[in-house]
Amino acid sequence: MQNSLRKHSSRFYFYLVACLVLLVVAMFISVNTGYIQISFFSFLQTMVGLGNPEDAMTIFDFRMPRITMAILVGMGIAVSGAILQSISSNPLADPGILGINSGAGFAIVLYTFFFQSFVATNSVFFVFLKPVVALFGALLAAFLIYTLAYRKGRIAPTRMLLIGIGINAAFSAGITIFQLRMEPVDFTRTLVWLSGSIYATSWTFVLALLPWLLILLPIAFYKSRTLDIISLNEMSAIGVGINVNKERKWLLILAVLLAGSCVAVGGGLTFLGLIAPHIARRLVGRSHMRVLPLSALIGALLVVASDTIARIVIAPAELPVGVILSIVGAPYFIYLLLKTRN
Amino acid sequence: MNEKKSFSYLASHYRSSFRWIATIFLIILVLFAVALSIRFGASDLTYKGIWDALFHYDETNSAHVILHELRLPRAIAGLLVGAALAVSGAIMQGVTRNALAEPSILGVTAGAGFMLSIAYAVTKAPDFSTLVLFSFIGAGAGAALVFTLTAIGKGGITPVKLALAGSAITAMLSALSTTIGLKYDVAKDISFWYAGGLSSIQPIHVQVAVPFIVAGLLLAFFLSKSISVMSLGEEVAKGLGQRTTLIRILCTIVVLLLTGAAVSIAGIIGFVGLVVPHIVRAIVGVDYRWIIPVSAIVGGCLLLFADILGRIIMSPFETPVGAITAIIGVPFFLYLARKDGRGL
Repeated sequence: MQNSLRKHSSRFYFYLVACLVLLVVAMFISVNTGYIQISFFSFLQTMVGLGNPEDAMTIFDFRMPRITMAILVGMGIAVSGAILQSISSNPLADPGILGINSGAGFAIVLYTFFFQSFVATNSVFFVFLKPVVALFGALLAAFLIYTLAYRKGRIAPTRMLLIGIGINAAFSAGITIFQLRMEPVDFTRTLVWLSGSIYATSWTFVLALLPWLLILLPIAFYKSRTLDIISLNEMSAIGVGINVNKERKWLLILAVLLAGSCVAVGGGLTFLGLIAPHIARRLVGRSHMRVLPLSALIGALLVVASDTIARIVIAPAELPVGVILSIVGAPYFIYLLLKTRN
Repeated sequence: MNEKKSFSYLASHYRSSFRWIATIFLIILVLFAVALSIRFGASDLTYKGIWDALFHYDETNSAHVILHELRLPRAIAGLLVGAALAVSGAIMQGVTRNALAEPSILGVTAGAGFMLSIAYAVTKAPDFSTLVLFSFIGAGAGAALVFTLTAIGKGGITPVKLALAGSAITAMLSALSTTIGLKYDVAKDISFWYAGGLSSIQPIHVQVAVPFIVAGLLLAFFLSKSISVMSLGEEVAKGLGQRTTLIRILCTIVVLLLTGAAVSIAGIIGFVGLVVPHIVRAIVGVDYRWIIPVSAIVGGCLLLFADILGRIIMSPFETPVGAITAIIGVPFFLYLARKDGRGL
């Protein structure tokens, strides 16, 4: 027992370091990929402040915020997915599939729709208020899913997903209806943002998201013991003196806040919250102290890598990141689905 | 005992006259919907004007041209697409005995939409018969994917799981379509199919697709007795002398004809095939000889009213009819999901 724990923990550090190294490599490739080619040498020059101004602008104003955003969104959504999977004992839970993302999206579209006449939609005030608005939508979606899926004292995993898909369809239809009434510029921007794209990002957006994650991620890591016990089983959780229902409610809100704030600025990425925790659990077992940080890193890695691929496949045009994630994630979802028993 | 028998005779007698009354009422409703759909729009036509345009057509009269080129095709398309989707849903629910079965939930329409985007990518400006052909192939591929999944998950595959797998397939195919659209610069054409709408219907669309839909509806009607037997379960159907494999193949062909033709004219419209058969079953009972024709009527009715609503709510903009049917269909879907797909 002791031995296997130690083995797990040395494995954990190995994978943590491996992920960090891969992430740095991916960031490095990502900075150098794109429509404007920057050679390795001029990249180094620019990093130490000796490069030409065009390269500096490309790197610092376009590519760096984009990569930073990819990392933040990846971390947030991956951890949100991990928490959702544990508290609902549902291996297939994901904020995108469950409609939490489109709930947040709907709130943002309404916000853009009603406030476009008062505030310029890319002003700082507007951007910083976005996560707050998105949270209401995300919370509403989560509330609907849980109330509707709750039946005879339990929430069956597949039923929860199906309800989520329905909620998702309703919010998406609502988005379509309101989108039509927007100004053409806002319409295009919303469309790009909804399909999970981070290419139009800037430092303002990064700063709008950063405080949320700085608060929410540490809370999630702090709660990993509780998550362990809840996912074990209800009886033993009550045995060690945890108020399961209360804890579960708070953890759900935590997961929804994470997903909502990420969606508000980064757009909806489906299947990411599903894949990242699964890979992490495969690598280091079930303990949340290890799963959560590793999921965060894997999530960041996946988004940075997908974003780079999205820039390459149909260059000079770009794909939304969400598209790449769906193409990879959907088959994996079906595989997991066919494996699980009811 | 005797009393009970006479009671059940009375009930069935009552039921059959109730069915006739309901059907006649629905036919009147659908005619009303057609009239409303033709009349209503950016330039309002009067009923007298419509009558004149139909029977004393005058090419120089702009109102007459609008009616012939825009309104009439649109109304006919709405009627037929709604009927096709509703009947497809009814057949799928009956044969698979799955309350959540429906062309868009199980990925059949997404398959058709995906092949349409390939058609655009390959030929840039495909003519409409090419599109219809690709749409059929895509619907077939989508259906094949679903059936393969059913076979893999043998025994363990529940209605709910199948619906989940279908929506994952839909997500993947639409992501692939987006990729193709952006790569070959046809994204705008493709996004039209995915939104699902009747706003850019042309007379040619109706002319090409009508024969397929009418053929599909007639075939469905001829198969309806067998579908009733199939809905009792595989074993019972075999026991009653049905050639179940043959029926399944024929039903699949009908669903492909109907769904493929519907998607090629109106894009991806969800939930019609789910909602309508359930409503119809509540009105006419479990006999598919009634369910299929009445589903066609109610489906046409639902789509026409949804289309009219789509023209009103955000006017002067047109809301895609797919968004309206989703808003109508989701509460129903949620209700069925809560029952774990055991609504039959």
